[in-house]
Amino acid sequence: MRICEGEGVTKYFGGLAAVIDVDFYVDQGEIVGLIGPNGAGKTTFFNLISGALAPTSGVILFKGDNITGLRPYQICRRRIARTFQLVKIFPDMTVFENVVLGSLFGSHNLRGSAQEEAMEQIRFVRLLEKKDMLARDLTVANQKRVEVARALATKPELLLLDELVAGLNPAEVDEIIALTKAIRDRGITVVMIEHVMKVIMNISDRIIVLHHGEKIAEGTPSQIASSKKVIEVYLGT
Amino acid sequence: MHAFGDHKKNLSQLALAILVVALLALVPACGSDYYVSLFISIFKYTVLTVSWATFCGPTGYMSLASAAFLGSGMYVTALLGDTLPLPLIVLIGGAASLLLALVAGLASLRIRGIFFAMFTLGLSEGVKGFINWWEISKTGRQGRLVISASGTTVFYTMLIILVMALLTSYLIRRSKFGLALRSIGQEQQAAEHIGINVNAVKLITFAATSFWIGATGSIIVTQWSYVDTQVAFSVFYSFMPTVMALFGGLGNMLGWILGSVVFTILSELLLTPFPYYYMLIFGIVIVSVFLFFPSGLVGLVTRWRKA
Repeated sequence: MRICEGEGVTKYFGGLAAVIDVDFYVDQGEIVGLIGPNGAGKTTFFNLISGALAPTSGVILFKGDNITGLRPYQICRRRIARTFQLVKIFPDMTVFENVVLGSLFGSHNLRGSAQEEAMEQIRFVRLLEKKDMLARDLTVANQKRVEVARALATKPELLLLDELVAGLNPAEVDEIIALTKAIRDRGITVVMIEHVMKVIMNISDRIIVLHHGEKIAEGTPSQIASSKKVIEVYLGT
Repeated sequence: MHAFGDHKKNLSQLALAILVVALLALVPACGSDYYVSLFISIFKYTVLTVSWATFCGPTGYMSLASAAFLGSGMYVTALLGDTLPLPLIVLIGGAASLLLALVAGLASLRIRGIFFAMFTLGLSEGVKGFINWWEISKTGRQGRLVISASGTTVFYTMLIILVMALLTSYLIRRSKFGLALRSIGQEQQAAEHIGINVNAVKLITFAATSFWIGATGSIIVTQWSYVDTQVAFSVFYSFMPTVMALFGGLGNMLGWILGSVVFTILSELLLTPFPYYYMLIFGIVIVSVFLFFPSGLVGLVTRWRKA
């Protein structure tokens, strides 16, 4: 079943085209990898789906509803959550406060159930013993976990992960891979931007390749790995 | 955690607050006119500071619109005169200020930092200029006579406004809106993406807190019998809440109250013996506090307790 799809999605910044005429779909329960060289328009693409930017033209549907041009908080309440390429936590709040904000506002919970929801997500990302620490005092890897827990606390059906493993060491990368799979196993559909090929090839069900704002390929990891076009523009051999 | 306190602590705090208000209510019966007017002054600055800091503290938006809200309240009283009962006039003064905050907020809360500060400064000066122009060119006068109320009436009205302003601030801060305001100050983009209607939260808080500033203007003007735009919209009222909140400690309500009370008493004490140098002494005090105790009087007390 299609959970999210787009047709002719285009974004111009003045005269500069960041995303050009992209058609895409995401099926329920998939992990979709989004790859492409720097400046290919991947993050812009996330910004268009999550409402941070409105597309210049094109239509985006979520569960059959047109969500094009909605504000970010409206899109969140329709069950699409995201994380950011450079972590955007609330540094002077505790881990618990960071996450409970997601459940208080994103999933319209009352105070009691919002606190329970937050604790459940903090446990899920394994930050329980750090829940009263200020977010600013955590390592980058743990700050990324806070972002994931905060996004999960809004009860998303579709989760957009923007370079979750960038800047992490190999052990941390393995943990994040396991975490992403666990998220999918809870029935949450995942679209992830990633540069680390090992990660993307390992866990994606399907991969979409962007280049200069255009979709140049789409397929299973093995199809992408053997695509001549992709190898030319991206894998660089 | 910050937003959800425990009940026992809340109850004892409530009891303490009621006791303080009851003691304050005795001032007109026991004290001289001097003390009544000193307390009115303290109440006025505490309302200004707490209302300012409830929005500006957590969000980091520096509003210089307090003079616009206060002055609007004053002019409501000046215009309505004795056509309506005083309590109603005070409420209308608050409503006028709230309305002004809504319009200004709709136009400006998308802009941040220095731009917001300058926008609100422009608002205060703009409203002042507009009323000045209107009075001179349409009604042919510069100032207005105002109905006067007794010191006791002003005192009790201000006490009620103070309690309401503190209650408003307290309820906002301990609700989920308080947490949302802090998240907006720390990382606005993330706040939007976890379901917070950022513009609505900012607008509602900005407007709700400005209500009590307008009400304050409406009642204190009755002490003066005459008002003009220079007095009502003095830029002094826009900067004092910022200075007092920083002086006491921007992080919590106790700091805002402490800052307003100490600052008002200090200026009163210095004004009489040193009418010519008091601004100089004042300046030195302010500069020293900001240089050596950036977390204000509250930070000073905490440090002294630890030592």
